[in-house]
Amino acid sequence: MTPDLPAIFTRLRAELPAATLAHLRNPGPSGQDSLLVAPACLVAVCQFLHDSADLDFDLLSNVTGVDWPDPALTDAVALPAEGSAAAVGGFLEVVYHLYSTSRRVGPLVLRARSVDRAEQVHIPSVVAVYRSAEYQEREIFDLFGVKFTGHPDLRRILMWDEFLDHPMRKDYLAPDDYQYEPTPHDAVLEKAKQHYPATSES
Amino acid sequence: MAIDLKLAEDLKSQGVHVTSFESLINWGRASSLWPLQFGLACCAIEMIAATMAKYDMARFGAEVFRPSPRQADLMIVAGTVTKKMAPQVVRLYNQMAEPKYVIAMGACAISGGPFKDGYNVLKGIDRFIPVDVSIPGCPPRPEALLHGLITLREQIAKEKLLGQERARHADPKGPGDLPVPEFGAHDIEPAFNPDVWNPPSFTRDVSES
Repeated sequence: MTPDLPAIFTRLRAELPAATLAHLRNPGPSGQDSLLVAPACLVAVCQFLHDSADLDFDLLSNVTGVDWPDPALTDAVALPAEGSAAAVGGFLEVVYHLYSTSRRVGPLVLRARSVDRAEQVHIPSVVAVYRSAEYQEREIFDLFGVKFTGHPDLRRILMWDEFLDHPMRKDYLAPDDYQYEPTPHDAVLEKAKQHYPATSES
Repeated sequence: MAIDLKLAEDLKSQGVHVTSFESLINWGRASSLWPLQFGLACCAIEMIAATMAKYDMARFGAEVFRPSPRQADLMIVAGTVTKKMAPQVVRLYNQMAEPKYVIAMGACAISGGPFKDGYNVLKGIDRFIPVDVSIPGCPPRPEALLHGLITLREQIAKEKLLGQERARHADPKGPGDLPVPEFGAHDIEPAFNPDVWNPPSFTRDVSES
């Protein structure tokens, strides 16, 4: 059952008046709205949703990241229209899916956004509230470069420790290992051509 | 010294078997391959199935999967080799004692397979270790693995132990440990071992397409 987002929004406003919240509409076919939570109050919001006896969001099933590049820098990524999930780019977003197993309600989608994509990429960790976030936050740190403050063991989980890039970012450039492409086509053909012998340039 | 085949046949009919040490040693090696027990992805499930009763790899003398590279002489690279795993695979290969053989099982181990465009997938284990037999398939059926094993047995039976064309393990000046790739800032370094693998130097007409 999908959660009653307006009711939860009103409830959070009443219980946590200091929290900065926004109700994000999703005009897509899924119609899955979400709550945009300011990073400063993310842990408090999660704690309330977790501890509240009637809401009882006891399960954090999924944490994922989204990279919204600066639209001024790239036009390769089509950003959603004004007023929807992401009106402006140039930040990293972390998405949380909360469920209540006792009430069979979910997912409640929370979103938290960093200030930019380079330096101020800090989002508070929710591991203290939901232990299941630990590995998923490490994965987001690894692949998107979001730094989770308060995480007990923030290091790369998929790539090696010496790795510097964040592969799931839109501006990530994969290493060039197209030396041998037996059947290249499309984008792979363009990359493989860089390795063709000079004599074939005719 | 070559054996007179007709004389050998005559002696065989009287119960005397004549052979060469080379054939005898190769027969022993080919008939008792001990694979290294490790799997990287779904191909490993087919490899396990090949060892079980229905396909019964024991018929070909390769049922003793060893958990230690020191005791193994066949490495079946069964599955996708990620760049994070590649140094470990090369290290395991180095730890195996000669003579040692490698089967690249499945599209991923051969070329990266369906994941070859991934930033973290090695485009074929032959970039770092010499592969004796490649088995195509995604994943190959257990019969294909058995066929690959028989192919390897045929190759071992033809190995020369002396002379210019002797096998790598019979050559005292043969290569020792292969360099293990390092974890770099953006990719493993080097991207391939030029002593083992080099991009094929065919030319292609780039004016087309």
